[in-house]
Amino acid sequence: MGKTKTDLTWQELEVGAAIITPGNAVEYKSGDWRSIRPVVDKNKCIKCGTCYIFCPDAAIYETAEGFFEADLYYCKGCGICAQECPTQAIEMVEEEE
Amino acid sequence: MGKRIGLEVSLSAAEAVKMANVDCIAAYPITPQTHIVEHLSKLVNDGELDAEFIPVESEHSAMSVSAGASAVGARAFTCTSSQGLALMNEIVHIVASMRLPVVMILANRSMSGPISIWNDHTDVMSIRDCGWIQVFANSGQEVFDHVLFGYRVAESRDVMLPLIINIDGFILTHVIEPIEFWEKEQVEQYLPDFKPIHRLHPDKPVTMGAVGLPSIFSEAKVAQDEPLIQSKSTIISAWKELGDIVGRYYSPIETYRSDDAETLFITQGSYGETVSLAVDELRDDGISVGLIMDRLWRPFPFDEFRKATGRAKNLIVIDRAISYGGQGGPLAIDLRSVLYKEKNQPDIVNFICGLAGRDVNIQDFKNMYHKAMHKVKEHPREEDFEYYGVRGK
Repeated sequence: MGKTKTDLTWQELEVGAAIITPGNAVEYKSGDWRSIRPVVDKNKCIKCGTCYIFCPDAAIYETAEGFFEADLYYCKGCGICAQECPTQAIEMVEEEE
Repeated sequence: MGKRIGLEVSLSAAEAVKMANVDCIAAYPITPQTHIVEHLSKLVNDGELDAEFIPVESEHSAMSVSAGASAVGARAFTCTSSQGLALMNEIVHIVASMRLPVVMILANRSMSGPISIWNDHTDVMSIRDCGWIQVFANSGQEVFDHVLFGYRVAESRDVMLPLIINIDGFILTHVIEPIEFWEKEQVEQYLPDFKPIHRLHPDKPVTMGAVGLPSIFSEAKVAQDEPLIQSKSTIISAWKELGDIVGRYYSPIETYRSDDAETLFITQGSYGETVSLAVDELRDDGISVGLIMDRLWRPFPFDEFRKATGRAKNLIVIDRAISYGGQGGPLAIDLRSVLYKEKNQPDIVNFICGLAGRDVNIQDFKNMYHKAMHKVKEHPREEDFEYYGVRGK
């Protein structure tokens, strides 16, 4: 259920709590789950896109310069990108308050 | 008026399902439900009923298939008993939360163990809180009528909830009764086509059964419970219209010689008729006694019970199931809650009897009356209940 739906009253829910807007998972901020976040060292990054392929949430996008970065609205901080990076260019750092 | 023929209740139930023109039957055979689905498979095989008959590998799949069928807009039927119900339990709850109007006949049988194939209400009481509309049938005719009533209520736009018809295993399923069939025109008049509010279709994608985070889960549960509570008015009007069409009028509770009765028996299911004979015999002895038969179990008919028990001094509640370590049987527990704030609370004596099909006859109910009168002199406490007829107790 999307980020805009958390203030719905029970009367406003669809019958059976059905979701009638296709693709509205895009509204859901799974980045809230994160306790560590990926930080890319652009000196080590070879722009191979392995992180982009492995990200289970499709949260990594390609920048105009051809680097890859995580969209922190969605990134759950799972660390798979850092694990798979062939040049160890990604470091998972603690989120701070 | 429809034709009246002698037929096994299970077969007539299947014929009613055929008259309801269901689209999908998914079931796994289990005693004592077997004859119902066997007959349905024959009707589909012989081309008498144009439906998908899906002989699933388990009851979990039977309910899953029914959920899927209902979700695409098909009229779905399934049927089980006891352990089969236990196996489909997970999906039973989900079907209610997804507001899918599946109708299920539950041929009531004990939950094992010890292993038992015989009748009591321990199976349905294990899913009392599953969110389905639940009714008890008292006779074969009631089973037939309530299949059509079931779809009529379940598929109502303001209800959209699944519905269970409880019928006592063997006591009802395996007896031959005169059953009055409906005319085709009567069914058409009473039961419109199923028009789902949401359905799975590629042209208009929807998501059903999505995750509900803590921020929305409670709202989703209230949105499920409210229509169940409110469904009572639809249920009552559907019974009224059924009566206007076929001449048999039903109500949430049925009373028998109860108006002036000091003591009232309260039953669910097929024991009602036997108790009514015990009431007659006790009345012949000059004893002021009557009977309330509970037909609607969920949503529970609070007002009807308060009104019907208002003048009674004693209630004898007959339960066919156990709430282990609790206050006796589920029906007695609800009745104590209903009457808790009433000014003139009757004494409630609760008997648990007829487990796993053990016979309980007219004389047994008369014995229960006399035992109850002895008990009320001591003013029973809430946790007082008795297993009737158990050796060593």
